Amino acid sequence: MAEEPADDARRAALRDRGRRWATTAGSILLALLVGAVLMIVSDPDVISQYAYLFTAPQLALGASWTKVAGAYSALLAGAVGSPAALAATAWQAAPLIAAGLGVGIAFRAGLFNIGAQGQAIWGSIAAAYVGFAWSLPPVVHLLVAVVAGVLFGAVWGGIVGLIKAKTGAHEVIVTIMMNFIAASSLAWLLLTPAFLRPGRIDPLAPPIQPSAAFPVIYGQLHVGFLVALVAAAIVWWLMERSTIGFAIRAVGSNASAAATAGMNVAGTTMVTMAISGALAGLAGVMYALGPGANAVATPLSLGLVGSVGFDALTVALLGRSRPVGTVLAGLLFGGLHSGGLAMQSLAQTPLTLSTVLQALIVLFVAAPAIVSALIPKVRAPRRPALVGGEA
Amino acid sequence: MNHTSGGLQLAGITKRFGSFTAVDSVDLEVRPGEIHCLLGENGAGKSTLMNVLYGLLKPDEGQIVIDGSPQNFTNPRQAMAAGIGMVHQHFMLVDPFTVAENLMLGREGGFVLAKDAARQRVRELGERYTMPVDPDAVIEDLPVGVQQRVEILKALANDAQYLVFDEPTAVLTPQEIDDLMAVMDRLRSEGRAIVFITHKLREVRAVADRITVMRRGRIVGQAAPTASEAELAEMMVGRAIDLRVAKEAAAPGEPRLVVTGLKVANTAGGIVVDGVDFDVRAGETLCIAGVQGNGQSELVDALLGNVTPLEGTVTLDGTDITRATPRQTIDAGMGFVPEDREADGFVAPFTIAENLVLNRSNQAPFAHGLALDLAEIDRNAVALREEFDIRAQSVHDPISSLSGGNKQKVVLARELSRPLSVLIASQPTRGVDVGAIEFLHRRIVSERDKGTAVLLVSTELDEVEALADRVLVMYRGRVVGIVSPDTPREVLGLMMAGVPLEDAQGAPRPGKEENHG
Ligand SMILES: Nc1ncnc2c1ncn2[C@@H]1O[C@H](COP(=O)(O)OP(=O)(O)OP(=O)(O)O)[C@@H](O)[C@H]1O
Ligand SMILES: [Mg+2]
Repeated sequence: MAEEPADDARRAALRDRGRRWATTAGSILLALLVGAVLMIVSDPDVISQYAYLFTAPQLALGASWTKVAGAYSALLAGAVGSPAALAATAWQAAPLIAAGLGVGIAFRAGLFNIGAQGQAIWGSIAAAYVGFAWSLPPVVHLLVAVVAGVLFGAVWGGIVGLIKAKTGAHEVIVTIMMNFIAASSLAWLLLTPAFLRPGRIDPLAPPIQPSAAFPVIYGQLHVGFLVALVAAAIVWWLMERSTIGFAIRAVGSNASAAATAGMNVAGTTMVTMAISGALAGLAGVMYALGPGANAVATPLSLGLVGSVGFDALTVALLGRSRPVGTVLAGLLFGGLHSGGLAMQSLAQTPLTLSTVLQALIVLFVAAPAIVSALIPKVRAPRRPALVGGEA
Repeated sequence: MNHTSGGLQLAGITKRFGSFTAVDSVDLEVRPGEIHCLLGENGAGKSTLMNVLYGLLKPDEGQIVIDGSPQNFTNPRQAMAAGIGMVHQHFMLVDPFTVAENLMLGREGGFVLAKDAARQRVRELGERYTMPVDPDAVIEDLPVGVQQRVEILKALANDAQYLVFDEPTAVLTPQEIDDLMAVMDRLRSEGRAIVFITHKLREVRAVADRITVMRRGRIVGQAAPTASEAELAEMMVGRAIDLRVAKEAAAPGEPRLVVTGLKVANTAGGIVVDGVDFDVRAGETLCIAGVQGNGQSELVDALLGNVTPLEGTVTLDGTDITRATPRQTIDAGMGFVPEDREADGFVAPFTIAENLVLNRSNQAPFAHGLALDLAEIDRNAVALREEFDIRAQSVHDPISSLSGGNKQKVVLARELSRPLSVLIASQPTRGVDVGAIEFLHRRIVSERDKGTAVLLVSTELDEVEALADRVLVMYRGRVVGIVSPDTPREVLGLMMAGVPLEDAQGAPRPGKEENHG
């Protein structure tokens, strides 16, 4: 009796996983379809062919095909078409994975960390500062810079946890405000003597010293990508095998039962936000210390971290807040980014299309989840879990 | 089954979860104008069978027939349209909505129904069945008993001819139970049929027209409403049950838990525990009796450390724990069974094994440093499943897949499986079957005999009588009196309404008063 049911549970879990993969694959396909339609309707040359749709349909269809196939093959080539493309994808994926892991951990504690952006900004500030202002021996310099960035991210996230735990303020509002503060702090810092490049007055910090940069492995692929993978492994262990993860998951699923069982809900919230911030900070570190297109790290500037904090939300959603899923989602979106760049230069399709694709994929995957996430009250009295297995 | 007559027939219903058969070719007939009791031990398949009837679960085999026509429900909406209503073990109301709004949600046509009409309907139905409810009250502000009325009204608003009540009395006070019985009687006399699931045999004997007993997914027989409680119990569990707990007289030792002048406010700031004094000695069971909502929940929450008292002190074995956190009180050996197991007792998506170590997950032997010891957590779960007869297919299943009574057994197994100095249990046997009650009561008595101070909160007078060495009656946050468990029920009843002991007994007896306050 003991063997069979366990087997059964395993089979059910496998079936579930199969379904999830199917949904994700279906979502990617749908997104590509919608993307194709967008490309066709937004290209005047192609659309003009549709005037002859009934007399000479081959013109319209042919033009559409050329357009879509050209763009998507450029996308594919740019993402995975060559070793250099793969390296570029990994470069894009590394910060997405790190920040995605951070957002995912917060999700599992029932927290919406919209503040990954601000945490990443602080991570990049601290890492870059150590990188250009301090002189340390090679390996030590990199380590100190990474730790500084991670620490600043952790503090920036931890403050949110502290405010929430002490005052009950909602973390979404607090993190959004903290994003503004972080972005403005960066803008201000860049104009202070400590950050200004000697002889310049525009907001651009000095380049970091080579000893603080992530060593290049191949093309744009650098050690930071491996750090992201290690972070994913650590997060997995933390969530599934450690007492901290046990508490985070318990608090995230039922805070009042967790409190009754003696867990420190406020403390767990703070720890979670600090870990989440640390991972987002690591994403900032990647931008500050990772080699750019010309193999040299990009100096700290206003837009250095891009929109990684918000992209991280989509990565965590697509990865269902699980480390393996987050790595895969990070790679997918990293590929869309690097492929999008190729698509722009080779097929004259705007880069924003890859952003649209990314958003569409998550939208399709999350469609049912969005509703219950936005209106948690509706979820609670839902039918018993019984139904779930049947659907 | 023959489909000739009217009424509702379930024919050959089978429902499997994976390789486990929860309901196994069950035939059941429900006739208009009857109260049909469905009895069975925890995990027998009662709720599953009713969820099939209500369209929440799709049967693997079998047929539902209403008035001779076969039905094929794929969702509750269709079942409702066919005249079936269900009041669940766990309410399915939308908490931030008002009563009237909840009523509209259940209706065919949804929001087309005007809100005024819904309000009117609540009042009408409430009047007709003497279940008055304020249509504009928000669900989350209502006591459980009233929330349940709303569930019933929801079913009646759809003009349900067949009503399923899944353990409606588990969360009710004795007075509310009497009211519910009257409503059920009224519904029966209107020609409606009721399927009534309960573990309280006294209720079965009071209202049942017919009784069907299930065990391990099958129907094992019918019983006459005249059958004795002992007979019913034996049919359910398959063996003779001792409905009385055999226990030695208490041998109380030193006071272990001492409460003096305790004052506690609720979240809204009202004083709900108002200067309470009592002590629980080693090796005795003190029961707190009283109508729900007289401060018992807040009192035990304060003892655990979930809320901080305004005034007063609490000591455990001489150590002040007035401002201790739950972590500290748990580590000091306080076992705690919360009143609302769904809200405070377990984490629904967690496995049974994880829930069994919920309050010790960061301690040896279940953790070493930061690392969880999964093997030890499993070993613990397998042992407790055996010992407490938790009917689960695997300890790695989420606890949400268990039947109501088995969830309760998980909570009790967790609390009773470690060395305790004091056990605080609210409604410990809520929703568990008679067989399990027998076992759990014995465990609580043996905990007492080990020298643990046991504090029990129960609205169930049978349970109070069975377990208590002393009975503390609470009313409006104050102690009305502390009396012996063989105090007549009428006297206890009066005390629970706030009448002091001497007045309740009719004649003043100076010097006999045991009240500490
Ligand atoms: N979704 C599910 N997945 C797996 N097993 C389930 C699921 N739902 C119920 N079961 C199992 O089916 C059996 C019957 O459960 P059910 O809830 O019908 O019992 P019950 O008779 O209502 O018991 P109780 O008196 O404790 O409420 C139980 O063993 C339970 O563990
Ligand atoms: Mg049940």
